[in-house]
Amino acid sequence: MFESIFGIHEQALLLQGQRMGVLAANLANADTPGFKARDIDFSAVLSQQQDATVMPLETTQAGHISLSTAESPSADLKYRNPYQASLDGNTVEMPVEQSAFSESNVRAQASLMFINSTISDMQLAINGQ
Amino acid sequence: MSLFDVFNVSGSAMNAETIRLNTTASNLANAESVNGDATKVYRARHPVFQAVMNTQMGLDDDQGASAGVRVMGVMESTTPPLKTYQPGNPLADKDGYVYGSNVNSIEEMANMISANRSFATDVQAVTTARDLLLKVISMGH
Repeated sequence: MFESIFGIHEQALLLQGQRMGVLAANLANADTPGFKARDIDFSAVLSQQQDATVMPLETTQAGHISLSTAESPSADLKYRNPYQASLDGNTVEMPVEQSAFSESNVRAQASLMFINSTISDMQLAINGQ
Repeated sequence: MSLFDVFNVSGSAMNAETIRLNTTASNLANAESVNGDATKVYRARHPVFQAVMNTQMGLDDDQGASAGVRVMGVMESTTPPLKTYQPGNPLADKDGYVYGSNVNSIEEMANMISANRSFATDVQAVTTARDLLLKVISMGH
Protein backbone atom coordinates (compact mmCIF):
# COMPACT_ATOMS: atom_id res chain seq x y z
CA MET A 1 0.00 0.00 0.00
CA PHE A 2 2.77 2.42 0.87
CA GLU A 3 5.19 1.74 -1.97
CA SER A 4 3.91 4.59 -4.10
CA ILE A 5 2.90 7.15 -1.52
CA PHE A 6 5.52 9.64 -2.65
CA GLY A 7 4.48 9.28 -6.28
CA ILE A 8 6.73 10.91 -8.81
CA HIS A 9 8.81 12.78 -6.25
CA GLU A 10 10.94 9.87 -5.14
CA GLN A 11 12.32 9.35 -8.64
CA ALA A 12 12.41 13.05 -9.37
CA LEU A 13 14.62 13.68 -6.34
CA LEU A 14 16.99 10.90 -7.33
CA LEU A 15 17.18 12.19 -10.87
CA GLN A 16 17.78 15.78 -9.81
CA GLY A 17 20.62 14.59 -7.62
CA GLN A 18 22.22 12.88 -10.60
CA ARG A 19 21.63 15.89 -12.78
CA MET A 20 23.34 18.13 -10.25
CA GLY A 21 26.32 15.77 -10.30
CA VAL A 22 26.61 16.14 -14.07
CA LEU A 23 26.19 19.92 -13.89
CA ALA A 24 28.83 20.16 -11.16
CA ALA A 25 31.20 18.32 -13.51
CA ASN A 26 30.45 20.94 -16.16
CA LEU A 27 31.16 23.76 -13.71
CA ALA A 28 34.36 22.05 -12.59
CA ASN A 29 35.58 21.82 -16.18
CA ALA A 30 34.75 25.40 -17.11
CA ASP A 31 38.43 26.05 -17.84
CA THR A 32 39.36 22.68 -19.36
CA PRO A 33 40.24 22.92 -23.06
CA GLY A 34 38.13 20.69 -25.29
CA PHE A 35 35.63 19.75 -22.58
CA LYS A 36 32.07 19.19 -23.80
CA ALA A 37 29.30 20.15 -21.40
CA ARG A 38 26.61 17.53 -20.73
CA ASP A 39 23.18 17.38 -19.22
CA ILE A 40 20.36 14.94 -18.51
CA ASP A 41 17.10 15.45 -20.39
CA PHE A 42 15.08 15.50 -17.19
CA SER A 43 11.51 15.26 -18.51
CA ALA A 44 12.39 12.56 -21.05
CA VAL A 45 14.10 10.33 -18.50
CA LEU A 46 11.38 10.86 -15.90
CA SER A 47 8.53 10.04 -18.27
CA GLN A 48 10.42 6.97 -19.44
CA GLN A 49 10.84 5.87 -15.83
CA GLN A 50 7.21 6.60 -15.10
CA ASP A 51 6.04 4.48 -18.02
CA ALA A 52 8.16 1.65 -16.75
CA THR A 53 6.76 1.87 -13.21
CA VAL A 54 3.12 2.58 -13.96
CA MET A 55 2.73 -0.34 -16.37
CA PRO A 56 4.94 -3.15 -15.11
CA LEU A 57 4.83 -6.22 -17.29
CA GLU A 58 3.96 -9.40 -15.48
CA THR A 59 6.62 -12.10 -15.67
CA THR A 60 4.89 -15.43 -15.22
CA GLN A 61 7.33 -17.69 -17.01
CA ALA A 62 11.05 -18.18 -16.88
CA GLY A 63 11.44 -16.98 -20.47
CA HIS A 64 9.82 -13.61 -19.78
CA ILE A 65 12.04 -10.60 -19.53
CA SER A 66 11.18 -8.12 -16.81
CA LEU A 67 11.35 -4.41 -17.48
CA SER A 68 13.94 -3.21 -15.05
CA THR A 69 13.36 0.25 -13.62
CA ALA A 70 16.66 0.26 -11.79
CA GLU A 71 18.43 1.32 -14.95
CA SER A 72 20.64 4.32 -14.57
CA PRO A 73 18.89 7.44 -15.85
CA SER A 74 22.20 8.97 -16.79
CA ALA A 75 22.24 6.58 -19.73
CA ASP A 76 20.45 9.50 -21.35
CA LEU A 77 23.33 11.86 -20.90
CA LYS A 78 23.40 14.32 -23.78
CA TYR A 79 25.85 16.92 -24.98
CA ARG A 80 24.78 20.51 -24.65
CA ASN A 81 24.44 22.72 -27.70
CA PRO A 82 26.49 25.81 -26.87
CA TYR A 83 25.33 29.28 -27.83
CA GLN A 84 28.89 30.01 -28.77
CA ALA A 85 31.70 27.51 -28.27
CA SER A 86 35.11 28.81 -27.25
CA LEU A 87 38.13 28.55 -29.50
CA ASP A 88 39.69 25.88 -27.30
CA GLY A 89 36.72 23.56 -27.93
CA ASN A 90 35.18 24.01 -24.49
CA THR A 91 31.36 24.19 -24.57
CA VAL A 92 30.77 25.08 -20.91
CA GLU A 93 28.91 28.36 -20.61
CA MET A 94 29.00 29.46 -16.99
CA PRO A 95 25.66 31.33 -16.83
CA VAL A 96 23.82 28.47 -18.54
CA GLU A 97 25.31 25.87 -16.22
CA GLN A 98 24.78 27.96 -13.11
CA SER A 99 21.12 28.59 -13.89
CA ALA A 100 20.59 24.92 -14.74
CA PHE A 101 22.22 24.00 -11.43
CA SER A 102 20.04 26.33 -9.40
CA GLU A 103 16.94 25.20 -11.32
CA SER A 104 17.81 21.62 -10.45
CA ASN A 105 18.27 22.64 -6.83
CA VAL A 106 14.87 24.33 -6.66
CA ARG A 107 13.16 21.33 -8.25
CA ALA A 108 14.84 18.97 -5.81
CA GLN A 109 13.74 21.16 -2.90
CA ALA A 110 10.19 21.17 -4.24
CA SER A 111 10.19 17.36 -4.41
CA LEU A 112 11.58 17.23 -0.88
CA MET A 113 8.81 19.53 0.30
CA PHE A 114 6.15 17.29 -1.23
CA ILE A 115 7.73 14.21 0.34
CA ASN A 116 7.89 15.94 3.72
CA SER A 117 4.25 16.99 3.56
CA THR A 118 3.25 13.44 2.61
CA ILE A 119 5.15 12.16 5.65
CA SER A 120 3.43 14.63 7.97
CA ASP A 121 0.06 13.73 6.44
CA MET A 122 0.73 10.08 7.15
CA GLN A 123 1.82 10.87 10.69
CA LEU A 124 -1.39 12.81 11.17
CA ALA A 125 -3.39 9.85 9.92
CA ILE A 126 -1.54 7.47 12.23
CA ASN A 127 -1.70 9.61 15.36
CA GLY A 128 -5.11 11.06 14.65
CA GLN A 129 -4.25 14.45 16.07
CA MET B 1 26.63 10.33 -10.74
CA SER B 2 24.85 11.26 -7.58
CA LEU B 3 24.65 14.28 -5.37
CA PHE B 4 27.60 12.98 -3.36
CA ASP B 5 29.82 13.13 -6.44
CA VAL B 6 29.46 16.90 -6.40
CA PHE B 7 31.93 16.97 -3.50
CA ASN B 8 34.56 14.98 -5.40
CA VAL B 9 34.08 16.84 -8.65
CA SER B 10 34.04 20.34 -7.20
CA GLY B 11 36.86 19.44 -4.82
CA SER B 12 39.12 18.46 -7.70
CA ALA B 13 38.17 21.66 -9.52
CA MET B 14 39.02 23.78 -6.48
CA ASN B 15 42.38 22.03 -6.27
CA ALA B 16 43.08 22.78 -9.93
CA GLU B 17 42.06 26.41 -9.55
CA THR B 18 44.34 26.70 -6.52
CA ILE B 19 47.28 25.51 -8.62
CA ARG B 20 46.30 28.06 -11.25
CA LEU B 21 46.28 30.80 -8.60
CA ASN B 22 49.67 29.61 -7.36
CA THR B 23 51.24 29.86 -10.81
CA THR B 24 49.69 33.30 -11.25
CA ALA B 25 51.18 34.42 -7.93
CA SER B 26 54.55 33.01 -8.97
CA ASN B 27 54.35 34.80 -12.33
CA LEU B 28 53.40 38.14 -10.77
CA ALA B 29 56.14 37.82 -8.17
CA ASN B 30 58.73 37.22 -10.88
CA ALA B 31 57.36 39.78 -13.34
CA GLU B 32 60.32 42.11 -12.76
CA SER B 33 63.09 39.54 -12.37
CA VAL B 34 66.01 39.79 -14.82
CA ASN B 35 68.94 37.63 -15.84
CA GLY B 36 72.03 38.09 -17.96
CA ASP B 37 71.33 34.83 -19.76
CA ALA B 38 68.26 34.65 -22.01
CA THR B 39 67.89 30.90 -21.41
CA LYS B 40 67.90 31.19 -17.62
CA VAL B 41 65.45 34.02 -17.15
CA TYR B 42 62.07 33.30 -15.50
CA ARG B 43 59.34 32.40 -17.96
CA ALA B 44 55.61 32.74 -17.29
CA ARG B 45 54.09 29.37 -16.47
CA HIS B 46 50.50 28.27 -16.90
CA PRO B 47 48.75 25.05 -15.86
CA VAL B 48 46.94 22.92 -18.45
CA PHE B 49 43.67 21.45 -17.23
CA GLN B 50 42.34 18.06 -18.21
CA ALA B 51 39.00 16.37 -17.48
CA VAL B 52 39.19 13.21 -15.34
CA MET B 53 36.69 10.48 -16.14
CA ASN B 54 34.80 8.84 -13.27
CA THR B 55 36.43 5.48 -13.81
CA GLN B 56 39.82 7.01 -13.10
CA MET B 57 38.49 8.50 -9.88
CA GLY B 58 37.23 5.10 -8.78
CA LEU B 59 33.58 6.10 -8.98
CA ASP B 60 30.72 4.33 -10.69
CA ASP B 61 30.90 5.13 -14.33
CA ASP B 62 27.68 5.62 -16.15
CA GLN B 63 28.42 6.10 -19.80
CA GLY B 64 31.64 7.93 -19.08
CA ALA B 65 29.92 10.84 -17.39
CA SER B 66 32.92 13.02 -16.97
CA ALA B 67 33.83 14.18 -13.53
CA GLY B 68 36.57 16.20 -11.97
CA VAL B 69 39.49 18.06 -13.40
CA ARG B 70 43.21 17.74 -12.89
CA VAL B 71 46.29 19.68 -13.85
CA MET B 72 47.91 17.77 -16.69
CA GLY B 73 51.07 19.81 -16.53
CA VAL B 74 52.54 23.27 -16.22
CA MET B 75 53.65 24.86 -19.47
CA GLU B 76 56.22 27.63 -19.78
CA SER B 77 55.39 30.52 -22.06
CA THR B 78 57.42 30.60 -25.29
CA THR B 79 57.23 34.38 -25.69
CA PRO B 80 60.81 35.71 -26.08
CA PRO B 81 62.17 37.47 -22.98
CA LEU B 82 62.40 41.24 -22.89
CA LYS B 83 65.91 42.46 -23.81
CA THR B 84 66.96 45.78 -22.30
CA TYR B 85 70.25 47.69 -22.28
CA GLN B 86 71.37 48.15 -18.66
CA PRO B 87 75.18 48.28 -18.54
CA GLY B 88 75.10 49.27 -14.84
CA ASN B 89 73.24 46.11 -13.84
CA PRO B 90 75.58 43.55 -12.19
CA LEU B 91 73.63 40.79 -13.98
CA ALA B 92 74.21 42.30 -17.42
CA ASP B 93 76.03 40.23 -20.07
CA LYS B 94 79.26 41.38 -21.74
CA ASP B 95 77.37 43.68 -24.15
CA GLY B 96 75.46 45.32 -21.27
CA TYR B 97 72.10 43.66 -21.90
CA VAL B 98 69.77 42.06 -19.34
CA TYR B 99 66.84 39.81 -20.13
CA GLY B 100 63.55 40.38 -18.28
CA SER B 101 60.91 37.70 -17.71
CA ASN B 102 58.18 37.37 -20.33
CA VAL B 103 55.36 37.68 -17.76
CA ASN B 104 52.46 39.81 -18.96
CA SER B 105 51.10 41.34 -15.75
CA ILE B 106 47.75 42.35 -17.23
CA GLU B 107 47.18 38.85 -18.58
CA GLU B 108 48.07 37.43 -15.17
CA MET B 109 45.64 39.73 -13.37
CA ALA B 110 42.82 38.67 -15.73
CA ASN B 111 43.82 35.05 -15.19
CA MET B 112 43.69 35.55 -11.44
CA ILE B 113 40.17 37.00 -11.57
CA SER B 114 39.02 34.11 -13.77
CA ALA B 115 40.48 31.53 -11.38
CA ASN B 116 38.88 33.30 -8.44
CA ARG B 117 35.45 33.30 -10.12
CA SER B 118 35.72 29.61 -11.02
CA PHE B 119 36.73 28.77 -7.47
CA ALA B 120 33.76 30.69 -6.06
CA THR B 121 31.41 28.82 -8.41
CA ASP B 122 32.76 25.47 -7.23
CA VAL B 123 32.33 26.48 -3.59
CA GLN B 124 28.76 27.49 -4.35
CA ALA B 125 28.06 24.12 -5.96
CA VAL B 126 29.41 22.31 -2.89
CA THR B 127 27.32 24.49 -0.55
CA THR B 128 24.17 23.85 -2.56
CA ALA B 129 24.74 20.10 -2.64
CA ARG B 130 25.47 20.08 1.08
CA ASP B 131 22.31 22.03 1.95
CA LEU B 132 20.23 19.71 -0.19
CA LEU B 133 21.73 16.57 1.35
CA LEU B 134 21.16 17.94 4.85
CA LYS B 135 17.53 18.48 3.95
CA VAL B 136 17.31 14.90 2.66
CA ILE B 137 18.75 13.64 5.95
CA SER B 138 16.17 15.55 7.98
CA MET B 139 13.33 14.32 5.77
CA GLY B 140 10.15 13.68 7.78
CA HIS B 141 11.21 15.65 10.85
